[in-house]
Amino acid sequence: MVELRVNGHAYELDAPVGRTLAEALRLDLGLTGTKVACGEGHCGACTVQLDGVPVLSCITLLHTVGGREVTTIEGLAEHPLVDAFVRADALQCGFCTPGQIVSAAALVESTPQPTSEEVRHAMSGNLCRCGAYPRIEEAVVAWRG
Amino acid sequence: MARLIRTEKEVEGRYTEQWIVVEEDVLEQWPAGPRGIVGRAARRVDGHERARGQATYTADISLPGMLHAAVLRSPHARARVKKIDLTKARETPWVRGAIGPDDCHVLEREPSFQGAPVAAVAAQSAERAREALDMIEVEWEVLEPLLDPDEAVRRESFTDEPRLYARGDVERGQAEADVVVEGEYRTQTVLHNALETHQSVCRWEGDTLEVYTSTQYIWGIRDEVAETLGLPPDKVRVVCHFMGGGFGAKNSPGDYTFIAIALAGQTGAAVRCALTRREENLASGNRNSTIQRLVAGARSDGTLTALSGEYINAIGWDGFSGPTYGPMEMLYDCENVRTQTFGAKLNTPPNAAFRAPGFVEGTFGLECVLDELAAKLDLDPLELRRRNYADHDLVEGRPFSSKNLLDCYRLAEPHWARRKEVRARSDDVWKRGVGLASQVWYGGGGPPSYAWIRVGSDGRATVVTAMQDIGTGTRTAMAQIAAEELGVPLNQVRVELGDSARGPFASISAGSSTTPSMGPAVRAAAADAKRQLIEIAAQRYHLEERVLEIKDGQVISADGGSWPLEEVTGLLEDAQILGKGARGPNPTGMRVLTFGIQVAEVAVDVETGEVRVERIAAIHDVGRIINPLGAKSQVEGGIIQGLGHTLSEERLLDPQSGGTLTQTLDAYKLPTIADVPEIICEFVDKPDEHLTNLGSKGLGEPPIIPTAAAIANAIRDATGADIHSLPITREEMLRALRAAEERRREPERVGAPPA
Ligand code: FES
Ligand code: FES
Repeated sequence: MVELRVNGHAYELDAPVGRTLAEALRLDLGLTGTKVACGEGHCGACTVQLDGVPVLSCITLLHTVGGREVTTIEGLAEHPLVDAFVRADALQCGFCTPGQIVSAAALVESTPQPTSEEVRHAMSGNLCRCGAYPRIEEAVVAWRG
Repeated sequence: MARLIRTEKEVEGRYTEQWIVVEEDVLEQWPAGPRGIVGRAARRVDGHERARGQATYTADISLPGMLHAAVLRSPHARARVKKIDLTKARETPWVRGAIGPDDCHVLEREPSFQGAPVAAVAAQSAERAREALDMIEVEWEVLEPLLDPDEAVRRESFTDEPRLYARGDVERGQAEADVVVEGEYRTQTVLHNALETHQSVCRWEGDTLEVYTSTQYIWGIRDEVAETLGLPPDKVRVVCHFMGGGFGAKNSPGDYTFIAIALAGQTGAAVRCALTRREENLASGNRNSTIQRLVAGARSDGTLTALSGEYINAIGWDGFSGPTYGPMEMLYDCENVRTQTFGAKLNTPPNAAFRAPGFVEGTFGLECVLDELAAKLDLDPLELRRRNYADHDLVEGRPFSSKNLLDCYRLAEPHWARRKEVRARSDDVWKRGVGLASQVWYGGGGPPSYAWIRVGSDGRATVVTAMQDIGTGTRTAMAQIAAEELGVPLNQVRVELGDSARGPFASISAGSSTTPSMGPAVRAAAADAKRQLIEIAAQRYHLEERVLEIKDGQVISADGGSWPLEEVTGLLEDAQILGKGARGPNPTGMRVLTFGIQVAEVAVDVETGEVRVERIAAIHDVGRIINPLGAKSQVEGGIIQGLGHTLSEERLLDPQSGGTLTQTLDAYKLPTIADVPEIICEFVDKPDEHLTNLGSKGLGEPPIIPTAAAIANAIRDATGADIHSLPITREEMLRALRAAEERRREPERVGAPPA
């Protein structure tokens, strides 16, 4: 049994050893906002926060996060970044977007007024094949509206 | 009236003749310029849903009792399966189904590329299924693969009949030229890498096969699946509400759909077959590499007298030989043109359409050779292009429905004029320069395409059509068009799409055709609904129909009366007004094309070969712009993909075995946010007066077309080095710099083909 908190709620999960956090979120808890695009730590689509720090849930084992606080895109539904992304048209297909917003939320938590350079540095692990990058940069810099 | 016509249908530059039923397009175009809703920036209507992770992609579909498939793919580029034994796999407790070459037509006994599917299993989880693949016993006979495109041409190993095109007399044209430039250009194989991998979930519901799939063409999947299985098409339901990118690779069902169907049949359960990222980079299609041997001749005043190209498209085992020749035949007013195109059939993974297939590759070669010509003629590259402006289509001898490339050139001038200032910022190490390249592409869309619209008693409207929004923002564009025509605010319109059982036939989302095909149908449906609403309002308020209109959700009369639309629709209680609309025909006898130009600024470190793109200005002519915000995103996205194609992306094969070395996103370098230059995006924004009730063309593909050539030409401007091969790695950059250096040392060799 693994106990963890996700978006403020406590969960108990009975999962085989080797279960990734991404699988647990998506398959066991039905939180499909977290996307998996590579499954091997190369794209950032599966980004969630662990005690406020962005991590790649596809290469994080569930059994290593017992007792910790996980924040997924579902927990950030009302974050001003969501509006900022829509305002700036910072998404096209949207498959990378939850991961982008989770990464950006951690950035603006520690750096409330990020510069373009800081955004480009902090977000370079979140790939977007549609190339929404200029809009993402704009959305995160102007996240407060 | 419905009319039966026999017409040419074009998708991604491929023409087929077919019978089409079209309805007349009776609506007048709106005047040019932004209107209340159309032509003004609109936020994506599904933006919040997608951003919050609430949108359900195929990857998120989970059906009760669903099993997961894993596919055994050939580790060899060419082999024969001598023996395959599924017994052990079948006996593994958690395996529910296993299929081999005898059970499904996509599974191969003689795999002809690494990654070709051979067998598959279904288990309770994807992980269990992958483990079970080890239980399949295969005896391979490994055969020698054919990997070299030139060798394939020598052996006449082709995917398509070689294509020859000629107009005028190229030899005479070359003889008349004052300057002739020859060169060999190469483009690499690149991989689509949409973030949602190719996948389907299939199950039988009674006698109907349900296919949930990440696709660009719901109806194409339905028809191909039905035909393959011998089912009536309406017994196949295809669903795709949200789609995580395709870029051309998701136009057909693919092996995974048929594998899921076969396993669903065998197990009686719903089955998901989703490619892993590595399978995605192995066996889901690619933009094929090309070899282009080009010759261009011009008189000293810049008039092009001859263009010729030999193109080898290294297709792979299967796929289609795209129009690499297209730009050479279509872009300039040159009388003497000859192209010869070979589709080399190799033991490498099959290609698939990738955002402007052929034209991205062909434009790189053509626009680079043109700049080499400009350099030899000592002519301004923009001026050279103006002097060879084509005022009608030379391939088919038809007028253009509209062409505003000269406006694009004019709008490009201020960006081009930065050249001096940019070059002046060079120093000993970093050389700076500016380059440009033009673009031509299709993008007119066409019939048939249909839309329905229903207006409820609350005055809200729902557009219903079984199209798909692959991330290009078409849902939003359709909502804008419907709201504009109906006269209601944008937030009063919903768009329901993505389900072949719940809406009329709609266009493929490829070939930049969704907006120009669907938009006019949606507008026609909205006009039909509006006509009915006005008829009812006229009776309700005892006025003549002709004095009434609907604006901002109000019924307005010419004498100043105004009533909320809900007052009229409220009479319906829970009934609805239904409108229907169809896409009318394309203008007969005209060529419908899109045009544009991009101007790139680069900095090149001449010591290390590092190339930095600093700024790209893009000006495109695609008719009326529906949503300037979404249009800008399309342009930026295209340019950024183009940037990846130019500088970092390349599928590498092991030259001996033919195996793909770049299967991960670690090895295959996509652009990141840190790689993006300043991008300026402008549109001519003139409706094409001959094209439909909207005058809009497609924009998905044009922006990726000229990027590589504009960058390569900027590199020449900065350093004098001629780039002949993509991607422009440091190695290629240093090679080109060395070649330029040698040329400078041996001025007498000028005129000889570049190394
Ligand atoms: S899915 Fe986790 S990094 Fe790509
Ligand atoms: S919006 Fe499609 S991958 Fe980022």
